[in-house]
Amino acid sequence: MSGDEQYVIRARGLTKQFGQLTAVDHLDLDVPRSIIYGFLGPNGSGKTTAIRMLCGLLTPTEGKASVLGFDVPGDANPLKSRIGYMTQKFSLYGDLTVRENLRFIADVYSYPRADRNRRIDELLENYDLGNQHKQLAGTMSGGQKQRLALACAVLNKPELLLLDEPTSAVDPKSRRDFWAKLFALADAGTTILVSTHYMDEAERCHRLAILDHGRKVADGSPADLQAATGMSVIEVLADNPWAAQLELNKMQEIRSVTQLGIRLRVLIPDTVHDPLGRVTGALNSDGMKADCTLVKASLEDVFVAVTLKDDAAEKAA
Amino acid sequence: MNHPARIFAIMKKELLQLSRDRLTFAMIVGIPVMQMLLFGFAINTDVRNLRSAVADQSGTHLSRQFVAELGQTQVLDMRYVVDTAAELEELLRIGKISVGVFIPADFDRRALDKRRSAAQLLVDGVDPTILGVANQLRNIPLRFDSTVAREKEAAAIEIRPYYNPERRSAMFVIPGLIGIILTLTMMLFTAVAVVREREHGNLELLINTPISTTQLMIGKVVPYIAIGLIQLAIIIVVGSLLFKVPVRGSVVELYFAALVFIAANLSLGLFVSTVVKSQFQAIQITIFFLLPSILLSGFVFPFDGMPRFVQYIGEVLPNTHFIRLTRGIMLRDASIAEMARELIALGIFTMVAMTAAVLRFTKRLD
Repeated sequence: MSGDEQYVIRARGLTKQFGQLTAVDHLDLDVPRSIIYGFLGPNGSGKTTAIRMLCGLLTPTEGKASVLGFDVPGDANPLKSRIGYMTQKFSLYGDLTVRENLRFIADVYSYPRADRNRRIDELLENYDLGNQHKQLAGTMSGGQKQRLALACAVLNKPELLLLDEPTSAVDPKSRRDFWAKLFALADAGTTILVSTHYMDEAERCHRLAILDHGRKVADGSPADLQAATGMSVIEVLADNPWAAQLELNKMQEIRSVTQLGIRLRVLIPDTVHDPLGRVTGALNSDGMKADCTLVKASLEDVFVAVTLKDDAAEKAA
Repeated sequence: MNHPARIFAIMKKELLQLSRDRLTFAMIVGIPVMQMLLFGFAINTDVRNLRSAVADQSGTHLSRQFVAELGQTQVLDMRYVVDTAAELEELLRIGKISVGVFIPADFDRRALDKRRSAAQLLVDGVDPTILGVANQLRNIPLRFDSTVAREKEAAAIEIRPYYNPERRSAMFVIPGLIGIILTLTMMLFTAVAVVREREHGNLELLINTPISTTQLMIGKVVPYIAIGLIQLAIIIVVGSLLFKVPVRGSVVELYFAALVFIAANLSLGLFVSTVVKSQFQAIQITIFFLLPSILLSGFVFPFDGMPRFVQYIGEVLPNTHFIRLTRGIMLRDASIAEMARELIALGIFTMVAMTAAVLRFTKRLD
């Protein structure tokens, strides 16, 4: 478990079954040091189960993982003081004040006594909780609770932070601030594994894995993933987007049509020749007024493309 | 009442939710059936087989016949034969017997004397049921040569109630109540304290910290031990000021006994917390356990009066042993060394429950 080991988390064939349901299905994972690694996936895609296995809360049905050089779940206990974990649901004590919660966490982690108060004051300051330090945690807003939860997770200066959908109950402004904090932590050397179902958050990660039905369907940096969708993306600006959508759905080669207000986003495999011409042709032949442009794939397009592949494979099987 | 279907909607939803909670569903059937079977058989105010001892200093044909006749009533179960009244008192004090039969050396002569009682029953007067039964024995006829019954003005047997000569029911109730109160609060507090953390999601965070299962359990339990001891102090003070219930034995020993008893209940509470899924279920289990702790422990009905198989169940309940300890220490000036059996029973219960709790509580979610 040398400090210069390249990967903070390595998992091979990690699998978890709950009865008939396979929540995580042969997950391979390599998370390098000091980056923000994202788990992107819809609810039920296995993000939480994967994180819980990585911190030793759940025993894998199959496969193995090493976290900070420790085998999990084998020797998860010495690992606990070196990781910070933020649960999906607020899990601090609502009937304790902000400071009492921080003090409790410091005690549980046996944070050096001499430095304890200074550390807590520093966290209160860094996470904008200075004015709330006497407030009961249960009475705070979603954003404040989330800042407190993060402050508690990082109190013991962990090398690895596991954050399970940390921003699901938070407004956009708080989300932005929260991500600024994460970048500061990563910059200081902390490795962060964060799960999300927000595309804009996934886009901020250095690397990310897209999970679907417990399987990893793609991984890489957001830019790499966007470059390698294997899809042409066409944006259609139509007078009557609904009618245009019906028309486009008739075309065999089109994989997906998504409406965004008055625009449509069309995904066609890049093996299809002249996708722009085909789409324009199909719509114009029907007498519709539509303005079509070839655009760069967004992360959402990547997500749609890889999960479609998955569904198609499932149907074929 | 324009839309009765809405009421039905609520009713249907309520029943559906109930059917999803398997423990509650089981309790709906379990509480009436199990408790009725148990208490229907157990609660019997027609008490028999009181543990007794006899000291026959006369040793005549008549006295032996008299003892045999007392035995035939089946009210007394002659367990010990001793020589002196002092030995009877000793057995009574350490709780081995509830009734002592003392037959003086001049038994035959007293039997002929119309104005004097022939024998004495030394009765643990704390339990009114036992005292009542002993009183019924008073007028058992004395027969010479098993034929002629003599008319006597005095009762054949004189009853000497010990420890509660004024027959105040507080003497009976208060020491037993300590066990009931501690069972209820200790079990419920711990069970709910753990289950609440699980319900609120705190536990998922806690088990991800370096804290060990044992540290977590001890940390959870110790504050409630302190609360239990404070409760004990309140009961003793209020009991002595308001109800004049004394502590005739050692207060230190009473506290020690209570400590072991509290540990037993806390361990049980911890175990319950690892079984149930919600605070509501924790409360149900506590009530389920509390009822026998009231009815089968000897708190209300004499333990000797219950059928043998119910007594075995009673012996498993910590409160049964604790009530013997509190009544012994507070009322009869018995020492815990003399009642070591009860302490050992509590200790075994604690260890079994604690082991089960620690084994069931894992720092995992699966």
